[in-house]
Amino acid sequence: MQDALGAPQSVLLLGGTSEIGLATLRRVLRTGRTRRVLLAGRDQAALEVAAKDLGGGPEVRTLRFDAADDPADHEAFVTEATRDGDLDVVLLAFGLLGDQERSEEDPAAARRVIDVNFTGAVAVLVPLLRALRAQGHGTVVVFSSVAAERPRRANFTYGAAKAGLDAWCQGMADRLVGTGVRLMVVRPGFVHTKMTAGMRPAPFATHPDAVAEATWRGLVRGAQTVWAPPALRWVMAGLRHLPRPLWRRLPG
Amino acid sequence: MSPEIAGPSPGGAGVRPPGGVGGDDRLLSGWGRTSPTRATVRWPLTDDDVAHCLAEPPQRGVVARGLGRSYGDAAQNAGGTVLEMTSRRGVLAADLEAGWVRVAAGTSLDELMRWLLPRGWFVPVTPGTRMVTIGGAIAADIHGKNHHRDGSFGDHVRALRLRTGGGEELTCSPGTHPEVFWATVGGMGLTGVILDATVALLPVETAWMLVDAERAADLDDLMCRMESRDHEYRYSVAWVDCLARGGSLGRGVLTRGDHAPLAALDRPRRERPRHFDPRPVVTTPQVVPPGLVNRLSVRAFNELWFRKAPRRRVGHLESISYFFHPLDGVVGWNRLYGPRGFVQYQFVVPFGAEDALRGAIELMSRSGAPSFLAVLKRFGRANPGPLSFPAPGWTLALDLPAGSVELAGLLDLMDEIVLAAGGRVYLAKDARVRADHLGGMYPRLAEWSDVRAKLDPAGTVTSDLARRLGL
Ligand SMILES: Cc1cc2nc3c(=O)[nH]c(=O)nc-3n(C[C@H](O)[C@H](O)[C@H](O)COP(=O)(O)OP(=O)(O)OC[C@H]3O[C@@H](n4cnc5c(N)ncnc54)[C@H](O)[C@@H]3O)c2cc1C
Ligand SMILES: NC(=O)c1ccc[n+]([C@@H]2O[C@H](COP(=O)([O-])OP(=O)(O)OC[C@H]3O[C@@H](n4cnc5c(N)ncnc54)[C@H](OP(=O)(O)O)[C@@H]3O)[C@@H](O)[C@H]2O)c1
Repeated sequence: MQDALGAPQSVLLLGGTSEIGLATLRRVLRTGRTRRVLLAGRDQAALEVAAKDLGGGPEVRTLRFDAADDPADHEAFVTEATRDGDLDVVLLAFGLLGDQERSEEDPAAARRVIDVNFTGAVAVLVPLLRALRAQGHGTVVVFSSVAAERPRRANFTYGAAKAGLDAWCQGMADRLVGTGVRLMVVRPGFVHTKMTAGMRPAPFATHPDAVAEATWRGLVRGAQTVWAPPALRWVMAGLRHLPRPLWRRLPG
Repeated sequence: MSPEIAGPSPGGAGVRPPGGVGGDDRLLSGWGRTSPTRATVRWPLTDDDVAHCLAEPPQRGVVARGLGRSYGDAAQNAGGTVLEMTSRRGVLAADLEAGWVRVAAGTSLDELMRWLLPRGWFVPVTPGTRMVTIGGAIAADIHGKNHHRDGSFGDHVRALRLRTGGGEELTCSPGTHPEVFWATVGGMGLTGVILDATVALLPVETAWMLVDAERAADLDDLMCRMESRDHEYRYSVAWVDCLARGGSLGRGVLTRGDHAPLAALDRPRRERPRHFDPRPVVTTPQVVPPGLVNRLSVRAFNELWFRKAPRRRVGHLESISYFFHPLDGVVGWNRLYGPRGFVQYQFVVPFGAEDALRGAIELMSRSGAPSFLAVLKRFGRANPGPLSFPAPGWTLALDLPAGSVELAGLLDLMDEIVLAAGGRVYLAKDARVRADHLGGMYPRLAEWSDVRAKLDPAGTVTSDLARRLGL
């Protein structure tokens, strides 16, 4: 169960090696009430390292998960993930930025970005939310992106996929009212992680710990959407209405 | 005597036979409105209905619910079944010579008081609201302003009928199956479903109170006044301003009183001395924006409350509802805290641990967390219930808005102070204590768990609180 101030007893991190995901997990663990952690991802060895880095305290289990798998695999994954009891908080933090130019040339590359970020995310959320509804409680945090707000030349295939996921999550969050299950969308801007390594930082660039703190505050406050850093909410509210010729010329 | 209070069964049909569908999916929370979860709600109309629900439990178990006045997650059961016991109300038997009633567990103290007062009797213990059921009063072993003299609700229960999680029906009392009786008193509904109970009553001549009120300049002054003269009154409670600082730290208003004898009433009141028909005064709007209760609004309110209190007033006549249940006049006042709700933090520390009490109030004052009406009271002796909250010492209750990241750490610090002093928090109010602190706060937890395991080997009866605290 989550307590009145948001602290969960169990957490599942989808994208168990994601830097933003792990930072958020560490923030949640500071509440001192979490006893069970599940790290799900593709790279078993990397997951083990991440588990070790979490230190003592909660019992950590690693699970194989690939977003690009078939629906039947996602179903089996959820059965496995719920084996030991309730999932109080689920962090969906996997994502694939991909190479924008390649995705414009190579249909397989384009499809891969959409499969991981959108199709795979929705396909695993469906059985997960079914399980959470059956347990009558739970919170899901989905990492979307500012890129979902308005497509940019630098990453619009990724942006389109995130926009699809973001829209689906907004609809789902409304569907979940009254079920005891909550879904919160987080839209980070440029974050210094391995996903953006070597890229030129965009304005308002931030760090995983700052995203984690904003996410945790949003959870405790009962927010539906969190921007990280929070100022991006207002920046994007303005930029959304920028005329296309100007928007096109923005750097990055 | 036949059921005299019985009202219509609220909203919906009773339980359909086992195997049937029945029930209504609802989002439930406690009075603090934090952590709502969904469960299937059923309204058992008979003992057999209760038995059926326990005999064929859903995978996630069953718990009883009264009027949902516990603040946290005690009366909810995510993904399982919740039995709304208010479907079973009424006085089943009474002896108004000897002074006892046998009542269905879903009867509220409000209903019972309306029935008893005109007949010259009062409930032995009343909390700060009348809107609690007999089942909830026993399960939380509630206390009132008279604890220093009369003990808690469980001390006045002569017997109760329980349908255990294991499916057995037991009548227990301090004399028969005492271990079951005392595990149920304060057992937060986890030993089974209380069907009805026989409760000893207090004779009263009127429905009025004679009240003395006085202001205390600071915490020492307040505690000193309580220690020296509480024993002269049946009822005593103090309100503390937790935002006052420095020399005024812990300033407060002390109110104490007794049931007014007939002779104390003036002529008009003497014509209907035991008339009791309190009505709500206002209703809180359904939707209140977050942040209404904040440091500024609470500081202003506390200041006003303190100033409006008389420096000293003796023998003031007040109605029972005004004296005991002022908040019942405002329907749904808990909504004032907005969508994120609030938590109530109530602890007790033993006599001799006054420094811990002072430390806790200082911590609150320094943090600036906005607490309305912190309530301070001295408890008398404890009863044999292993999970019963009251123990000799000082108890303080604070209401705090949830939804701030800082609150968790602040209350964790409060827990440390309370634990180190040999104190505990009240489970009927709790919504966030650490599971691993529970054994330290309730040293007889293991004893209670043993009794419960025998009554309910499969763990059929469970709640969100039980899951959160590993009970
Ligand atoms: C404004 C206000 C003031 C209060 N003041 C005080 C006070 O001064 N002193 C005090 O002690 N408490 C006080 N309380 C707390 C309240 O008295 C307790 O939480 C009480 O248990 C609420 O009763 P309920 O019928 O609403 O029970 P619920 O909140 O519905 O349930 C509380 C517990 O009782 C169990 N339960 C209910 N019915 C049954 C049954 N038939 N069989 C088995 N278990 C059952 C539930 O499972 C749950 O664990 C106050 C609450 C409010 C809102
Ligand atoms: N960094 C940013 O600037 C930024 C900005 C906005 C939004 N976000 C979003 O925030 C989330 C976390 O990103 P991050 O910055 O922490 O990136 P990161 O450290 O690179 O993590 C990305 C994670 O996605 C996982 N992943 C990739 N493909 C997968 C697949 N097919 N199946 C399962 N897992 C897969 C990776 O696992 P492997 O270890 O197996 O590769 C890795 O754990 C992502 O959703 C991202 O889109 C990031």
